[in-house]
Amino acid sequence: MTDTLETPSSQDEHAADEHHGPSDKQFVTIFLILAAITAVEVAVTYIDIGPLFLPVLLGLMVVKFFTVVLYFMHIKFDNNVFGRLFYIGLGLAVFVYAAALSTFQFFAG
Amino acid sequence: MSESLISDTVKDAVEIVKDHHHDVHDHDVHGGDDHSGDHGGHHTSLGLSNTKLAMWLFLGSECLLFGGLISTYMLYRNRHSENLGPDQLWDIPFTSATSFVLLTSSLTMVLAVSAAKRKDLRNTKIYLGVTALLGGLFLAGQIYEFTVFYREGLGFTTSLFSSSFFTLTGFHGVHVSIGIIMLVAMIGMLSKEKVSGDEAEAVEMVGLYWHFVDIVWIIIFTLVYLIPA
Repeated sequence: MTDTLETPSSQDEHAADEHHGPSDKQFVTIFLILAAITAVEVAVTYIDIGPLFLPVLLGLMVVKFFTVVLYFMHIKFDNNVFGRLFYIGLGLAVFVYAAALSTFQFFAG
Repeated sequence: MSESLISDTVKDAVEIVKDHHHDVHDHDVHGGDDHSGDHGGHHTSLGLSNTKLAMWLFLGSECLLFGGLISTYMLYRNRHSENLGPDQLWDIPFTSATSFVLLTSSLTMVLAVSAAKRKDLRNTKIYLGVTALLGGLFLAGQIYEFTVFYREGLGFTTSLFSSSFFTLTGFHGVHVSIGIIMLVAMIGMLSKEKVSGDEAEAVEMVGLYWHFVDIVWIIIFTLVYLIPA
């Protein structure tokens, strides 16, 4: 068994750099940002920020969600068709369940 | 006359298949869509990988599954007895630590995909192994948490809150378990050179599934644990 899948050509390496988005170092940086956001989320639950509590937590959640989707899942660098398939499912889920929760007057109180 | 119609239709179909085969061959040889990032494997008429397309379609449908479970929890999160609700049970520092573990596993997964694309088999297997270990650690934390809750008196049928909570987090745990199985299987298949088609794409598919498990937990962690009922 060898330690390489195949012998890479310089052309392949160039193609990889061009298509596969961030480098390993950039992935580590993105991870550190995500870890920092998680730390802020947890800190927010221990300090009183009044009416900002809910918007801040939801905002940070959305930022983390799309950072992973765009960079770790490569949607930002892949063909648009893949992203559209995912966003259709996500959008449908948000719409259907927001409508369902509204019928139970979840957002009223 | 009908025989002639059938014969013409068959001839047309054969031509279409030949043309499509020719297009796919051209795509594989000349690279096709520069933004697809696909290398080899089976392609759709769009020049995209069938496997990748199916995986994204699957993940899109999974959004609907978890959307339903999260909505049900949000609806029933206040339906519990006074002494067995989130305020009495949640251990935020512990859950934060397990969330951090899962987040770290996403990093090691993306590094595994990156190594696979560089055709670096050794590091691919190491990162996949570390990802599986971190996933196992997260799962162990979840089992410990469930055990603590059960000892406190929170069973699956104790209240609507407990049923919806255990169903949501349990489903997520099952997804993590399946992810770990996929990771271990991928390490074995890479070691034995049993991966058919593009190895990097196979690792990437496992990666997509694993990151999806992570983004679902990002939502659960905020909506279930951090935002009080």
